[in-house]
Amino acid sequence: MANYSTNEFKQGLKIMQDGEPCVILENEMVKPGKGQAFSRVRIRKLLSGKVVEKTFKSGDSVEGADVVDIELAYLYEDGEFWHFMNNETFEQIAADEAAVSDSKKWLVEQDVCTLTLWNGKPINVAPPNFVELEITETDPGLKGDTAGTGGKPATLSTGAVVRVPLFVQIGEVIKVDTRSGEYVSRVK
Amino acid sequence: MNSGTWRPTASWDVLKQRADMLRHIRTFFAERDVLEVETPLLAQAGVTDVHLHNATTQLRGPGMPAPTTFYLQTSPEYAMKRLLAAGSGSIYQISKVVRDDEISSRHNPEFTMLEWYRPGFSDRELMAESEALVRSLLNCPAAEYLTYQEAFIRTLNIDPLSDEGVAALRQRLVADGYDGAVDETDSAETVLQLAMSVYVEPTIGRERPCFVTHFPANQAALARLNKDDPRVSHRFELFYQGLELANGFWELTDPKQQQQRFESDNQERRLRGLPEQPVDQYFLAALKAGLPDCAGIAMGFDRMLMLKVKAQHIHEVLTFPIERA
Repeated sequence: MANYSTNEFKQGLKIMQDGEPCVILENEMVKPGKGQAFSRVRIRKLLSGKVVEKTFKSGDSVEGADVVDIELAYLYEDGEFWHFMNNETFEQIAADEAAVSDSKKWLVEQDVCTLTLWNGKPINVAPPNFVELEITETDPGLKGDTAGTGGKPATLSTGAVVRVPLFVQIGEVIKVDTRSGEYVSRVK
Repeated sequence: MNSGTWRPTASWDVLKQRADMLRHIRTFFAERDVLEVETPLLAQAGVTDVHLHNATTQLRGPGMPAPTTFYLQTSPEYAMKRLLAAGSGSIYQISKVVRDDEISSRHNPEFTMLEWYRPGFSDRELMAESEALVRSLLNCPAAEYLTYQEAFIRTLNIDPLSDEGVAALRQRLVADGYDGAVDETDSAETVLQLAMSVYVEPTIGRERPCFVTHFPANQAALARLNKDDPRVSHRFELFYQGLELANGFWELTDPKQQQQRFESDNQERRLRGLPEQPVDQYFLAALKAGLPDCAGIAMGFDRMLMLKVKAQHIHEVLTFPIERA
């Protein structure tokens, strides 16, 4: 993998730090008028998710991380791995629990997800921004309440729990924003 | 190209304030009988400073048949000192300067510098005059004066002038996650500069402008050393609201010492694998002829305007920053 000098730093660049692939969130040069210039970066570690600050001397080089994002359709889970397929090449990739982590409750068969691969191995799975899931469990709620004040919890087919308006019932399919985990609308 | 990038990044209101500030500065110096001068942006030599990088260009013309390298000046210092040696008396200049490899929210490679020199002034007297200018421009409270040593002791309780202090700062930086920036091989100067940036600067000059005086001798640049305490020099800097605004010296006038500093700069450049820089012979000749005892200061005009208009990014005070130039 290539090395990057601090002048190549920019938002989104993937570098290795502390043995972990990281993505640069922010990069700022710090330089006293007559002194040494430094690059101060905020990075997110892609395995632990931790956000940390690092400082390098300007001109220093840092090892790049072989990290790519690819779009794959979700197929199924076998109890240990979650399987995805490239819809064009039909090539399949399996992601483990650590990579799928909180995203697993948003995985819908055939939905196209973004997988982050490090050295070819999935380290993160991002579901689409919106998914449609069926409600498997919720209180019957009050008839006639359409304002949706307060709402009630509803369990979805994947096990995810979201707050829904009182008029939404078991068996209905709803649209959810996976970034906030919030109910968006009913799906007819 | 994005459709809007031909437009200026500064608002008309800021550009008017920019013009007002220029007018104000010219009046300030006219009232004090300081002569406005202009010196070349292009010169046959640049600076040897390890941390300053001249941009260069090549020129040809009658008498210069082969392309000849010229250095865009990082400050008008050498030429202005030649004027002083030639008997100009007090002078100031508002000029564009260029520094390669400096782009950030507070750096544009091409920027405007206000630089002035006062024969017969000490660094103290020049700081007082700078304070008067800054206060009249920004309507801010009176400045605070701290020595470099006091600033470190107040913030970190570490003496930056002692070897133990530098070792403690080095350890602390590494422990705080700056291990990518300093290690055992780095000079005291580098350790102090990073510690100044990350620990001291954020704590000084918040409420009022802050002059940091008595910079360590290892960062004297073109300042004379302190006769009573050889660990420090007559170099000072001005900080306000998180910005480094100005750098000044009670000037070194000794041509031999100046030559030695140039040589040690070039030696350090060799060690770091940087190209050595030619030394400005006109400047050295002027020093040999005799630079009058004087103090001088360089102030970042754009940063002063940033404070005036409360800008977060230097783009807000420039017509066209480098990305749109």
